[in-house]
This record gives sequence, structure tokens and C-alpha cells, in this order.
Amino acid sequence: MKVKIDSERCHGHGRCYDLAPGLFTDDDEGYGQVAGDGSVPPESERAARLAVANCPERAIEIL
Amino acid sequence: MTVDDRFRQDYQDTVRDRPPGVRNEIITGPVSDWATDFSHAEPEWAADPYPIQDELRSRCPIARTERFGGGWLPTRYEDVASIAYDTERFSSRAIIMSNFRPPKEAAPVGGSPPISSDPPFHHHARKLLLPAFTKSAVTQREEATRAFCHRLIDALEGKEVVDAARDYAQHIPMRVIADMLGFPPEDGPRFRVFIENLLEGINLPPEERTARVESLYDYLLDQIRDHVERPRDDLTTYLVDAELGGQKLHPSHVAGTMALLLIAGIDTTWSAIGASLWHLARTPADRERLVADPGLLPTAMEEFLRAYAPVTMARLVREDMRWQGVDMKADDWILLSFPAANRDPAQFDRAGEVVIDREVNRHAAFGLGIHRCVGSHLARMELRVALEVWLERFPVFGLADPAAVTWATGQVRGPRTLPLRIG
Ligand code: HEM
Repeated sequence: MKVKIDSERCHGHGRCYDLAPGLFTDDDEGYGQVAGDGSVPPESERAARLAVANCPERAIEIL
Repeated sequence: MTVDDRFRQDYQDTVRDRPPGVRNEIITGPVSDWATDFSHAEPEWAADPYPIQDELRSRCPIARTERFGGGWLPTRYEDVASIAYDTERFSSRAIIMSNFRPPKEAAPVGGSPPISSDPPFHHHARKLLLPAFTKSAVTQREEATRAFCHRLIDALEGKEVVDAARDYAQHIPMRVIADMLGFPPEDGPRFRVFIENLLEGINLPPEERTARVESLYDYLLDQIRDHVERPRDDLTTYLVDAELGGQKLHPSHVAGTMALLLIAGIDTTWSAIGASLWHLARTPADRERLVADPGLLPTAMEEFLRAYAPVTMARLVREDMRWQGVDMKADDWILLSFPAANRDPAQFDRAGEVVIDREVNRHAAFGLGIHRCVGSHLARMELRVALEVWLERFPVFGLADPAAVTWATGQVRGPRTLPLRIG
């Protein structure tokens, strides 16, 4: 599993780095960024799904 | 030494040369039919807007009013989201639905950037603020905020009945934003007056409204001048020194943004804290569950933000057009109800219920698109800390007198009187 952020859609609500801090971080303006190459270890799959389910802009995709 | 003389003039002189806006007849009194005559300034709406919105959503779904010079109220999530995203056809030149429309020339900057700004200016005005409001920036204020909450509770301890809105919720955002802007903390009571004037005084006679707005700007200019003389490490000095495209900001931009931070920072968060405590006071099962499992609070808090979203915005229609089956005219208002969007059953399961462990929650309490609340990370920190401290110190509480609870009217909704019985 991998996660991806559509930076056109992201407006910095920060739900992803709140709910899945290992998978996402914020940049210095608060926009979400994928940590590393976006690979999701099995134990973080639930957190990845939570981030998707709580992004108000629907900016996160699971690949 | 260079003297910054941008702030020498009075506010009245700064805005004297602006073209005038348009005023309309003020219409107040009971609403005849919510679908054709809605008003967010009437007591029925303040007391409980949700049944009204739910009914409109299934019947209309875009309500109309001739009050405020004419406007529309979409109630479906889908319509609210489309408007928030469509900054071409819906302008933020005015964001408080009242009886006054600022002149067209006010766009794209508006009176209080970035909330009143449209693209392309909006982007630059917003970018200036973002770094001060990131999650890591606001985390540094968490300890002081927690200590302040404990001091507020210390002062209430031993009382049987306390007013959680007046004696707790309101003080938390006031103190935080006063610290960030570098204003004297003892000026809190004045902030409350400014807020009531601006957000709740929408149907006052124009002269009175203007005089009240001027008193806010006179206060801000005093604070700005004091910071020009004695620069400090705070947001006021930051804005005084800030540049866009190699130029210092226009004095009305500096004062307008400070007014925005003061108003948007206080009333909203105070409402969110109050509404959450109101819910817990009347729902013992949820209160007991959170006391037993504080780890659930961040999830529950998002649900309180969804169900009791405090903030409704407004837009102005740019050109005449047919939109979702209604004929909109240029300069019609749109009352952009994030609260109504958040309770649309087409978007949320069990939309009308408060489900404190809701897993899927794409609520729009902080807006959608380019105007996403700059203060959302700060507001979330304040709300979480305020609720954590309250539940830790007062795990058992209930409504002392449900009929005595009062709610703010207008576009920011939350309890203003909230008597709770402790223990
Ligand atoms: C629970 C508390 C809060 C809620 C529900 C809330 C809600 C909102 C909403 C819905 C918007 C979008 C406006 C639009 O679409 O036109 C907004 C914008 C804004 N809010 Fe908040 N807000 C809260 C707290 C705060 C705080 C604490 C601050 C700062 C101290 C703040 C500063 C701002 C600013 C500067 C904007 C304008 C952003 C822009 O136009 O780019 N808000 N807020």
C-alpha cells in the first residue's frame, strides 16, 4: 500500500498528519506532505485509511 | 532612524477616499416562511437552526430572502462545497451578510485580508499568515494554554453552578490571541464588545454600526502605533514589518488583518468550546465515556465541530446567472452554511446524531478550498486543551437550567450563557 497527496486539492486542514503522523508531515505553511516515499507498512494501514476518511478536501489517495 | 508614518492618520482618514458601498432597507421581525424569507438574525434561528435547515434541505434546497437586500441559503453539502470552491462566480468581497455591500472596487483585497480577498491577491495575504499558525507553531502555546485553563477552573472551584460560556470558554481564545497579537491581556472585555458589535449588530442603524466599527479600528491603531514605537516578537510587529512584492503593507491591510484575527480567533473558538460542553452536559453517556477514555477526545471533538459547527460564511454573487435552478442576481448574498452542509444526510451517515466515535468525518467546520481557516490548528489545540482540563477537573456536570442557556445570533453560533451544575 502507498499514499499520495494531490497538492492541488490540499488546503492544509492537517487531518492526515494528525491521524497518521508516521505517514504524513506538514510543510512550513501547514500543507500536508507524504513522509518518505509514501509506502505504508502493514501496521499503519488503518491509520492511512483513517486519514483518507477524514480529509475534507478528498486530497489523499491510496494506491 | 526611520519613522513609520503609515499609521499617523486616523482610521476615518485612511478610508475617507474609498468609494461608498450600497445600503438597503433593514427588515426585521418574525420570519413568515423560511424558504422565501429566511433570516439568520432572528431569535428562532439562534435558538435552534438545525430543524429549519433540515426542512429546507428536503424541501428547497436553496432558500431565498428579500431581507438584507436579497440573498440565498443553500442547505446541501454539495452546493455549499461548490460555492466555496467557485471563487470566480462567488466573491468574498463581503463575508458578513448584513445590510451593507462594500463597493465593487473593494475586491480583490477587501476590508480584512485574507478572508475578504479574492484571487489572485488572496494567496499572498494568506501566505503571510500561514507560518505563524502551523501545528508545530501552535503546539508551543499548548503548555501556557493548559496552565491558563487550570487557573480559570481554580477560580470556579467550590461553586455549585458556574457559567461555562462566560466564566470559562470565552476567556481561553481571548487570552491566546491577545498573547499572539501582543495586546494587553486585561483588554479582554473590550474584545467582547467589538465582537458583539461586528457579528451580532448586523441589523443596527448604519450610523451606529459605522461608529462601532470605528471604535475597533481606533483601538487597533493605538496598538499598532505602540508596536511601531516598541517593536516586539508578536504578530502585530510581524504585520507592521511584513512586505508584499517588496512593499510594506497598506495600513488598512495591517489593521484589517488584525481585526480579522481578533474577531475570528475569539468568537468562533469560544462557541466551539461552549457547544461541546453544552452537549456533554446534556448527554451523560458521552461525558462518562470521555472521562473514562480521554484518548477518544480528539475524535469526539471533530464530531462536536461537525454537529455544532460554529461558523457560517457569506459570499456575493458576481454576475447574474442561473445556478442550480435558481436565478441569482449580481450582488445577491449567499449565506454559506457550513453547519447545514455538515448535517446533510447525503454526505454523512446518521447526520442528525452526535456519534462521538465517528470514524469517517470529512466535515467542513473550518471551510473548504482556498479560505480554509488559517487558525484551525490553533482552534483545535485550544478546544482539545479546554475540554481535557474541564473533564479532568469537573468530571461530573449537567445543565443547571436548560431554559437559561442563550445562543449568539448571526453567523457565529455558540452558547453565550451556559449555567452548569457541578458534581
Ligand atoms: C473552532 C474555531 C474556528 C472555526 C469553526 C473557524 C471557521 C472558519 C471558517 C469556516 C473559515 C472559512 C471562511 C470562508 O470560507 O470564507 C475561516 C477562515 C479563517 N479563520 Fe477561522 N475558525 C475558527 C478559529 C479561528 C482562529 C482561532 C483563528 C485565528 C486566530 C482563525 C482565523 C481565520 C482566518 C485568518 C481565516 C481566513 C482564511 C482565508 O480567507 O484564507 N479562525 N475560519
